[in-house]
Amino acid sequence: MKRHGHTEKNEHSHDHLHEEISETSKPGYYEIMETAVRELLCEKQIIHSSEIRRQIEVLDSRTPALGAKVVAHAWVDPEFKARLIEDGRKGCEELGISFYDDTQLIVLENTEKVHNLIVCTLCSCYPRPVLGLPPDWYKLKPFRARAIYEPRAVLAEFGTTIPDDVEIRVSDSTAIVRYLVLPMRPDGTENLTEERLAELVTRDSMIGVVRALNPSEEQEK
Amino acid sequence: MSLITQKVPIYLLDVASALNERPAFAVGDSVRVVVRFPVGHYRVPIYLRGKTGIVESIIASPAVDNETEGFGQNAGSKLHYYRIAIPMTEIWHDYVGAPTDSVRIEIYETWLEEDSK
Repeated sequence: MKRHGHTEKNEHSHDHLHEEISETSKPGYYEIMETAVRELLCEKQIIHSSEIRRQIEVLDSRTPALGAKVVAHAWVDPEFKARLIEDGRKGCEELGISFYDDTQLIVLENTEKVHNLIVCTLCSCYPRPVLGLPPDWYKLKPFRARAIYEPRAVLAEFGTTIPDDVEIRVSDSTAIVRYLVLPMRPDGTENLTEERLAELVTRDSMIGVVRALNPSEEQEK
Repeated sequence: MSLITQKVPIYLLDVASALNERPAFAVGDSVRVVVRFPVGHYRVPIYLRGKTGIVESIIASPAVDNETEGFGQNAGSKLHYYRIAIPMTEIWHDYVGAPTDSVRIEIYETWLEEDSK
């Protein structure tokens, strides 16, 4: 394989080998089917290849910073929070975050008594409009199978211990609904601005595998 | 109310538009996920088939029955989705955790039946 030794002096001079970025394996059944359907749709002029390219660009432009903005705003504005919990999609749209698909969004509030965790046991459904693309572990079978069967053990592996008197709700995403966890606002953040609060809201806290950062952890980054 | 007087194409007569249809289940109802195993890709996880839960909320129908549409048949109606709460202990006999822990999931009306226990 490759040698990969960066030294402090020689930060990144590329004196070592990297794997060439290329696709060498043959396409699988579903890749071939996707190509065939896409080419047919374009040939029949139902959609244009530039629309597909544009949509990929939109998907790639979404990041957890959007979700963090929603959470921080909900922390400082109780009326917004109520509207967000009533209709997650409308709440996000209020902040200028568009939904490019037909999915609905349910925002799940963590409290002293309830901890929410999201998973998609069937595939990789994820609130992409507000969080971007899911992390690899979210899409892999160990997390998908275990989150629904032993959520407390999975959370402990993420360093999150949930006391037995706190109820765990695992929401399994299926066809039409996506979820976003609204983590608890950390203690000692009363004087922080909305922008500073958003920095405490990590991607994983909105999946529900960890809590939001507290201000001292944020400084250690 | 006005009577439909214009001629309706014959193929549309079979399409029962159920917009504004009343949901079959109410919040708090005890329901069971139907046990059936059709061939193909269905959005109701196997681990929940036959399990009993409580309706937590009703989701206003945002789509047609995509299982029917997916096979090229015009579903023609909009039924409801239900957010169901199912205790972990109902699903896994050896569940380790609090008895209040649960799974929450949206299930389409065609996959639910009244729990007559």
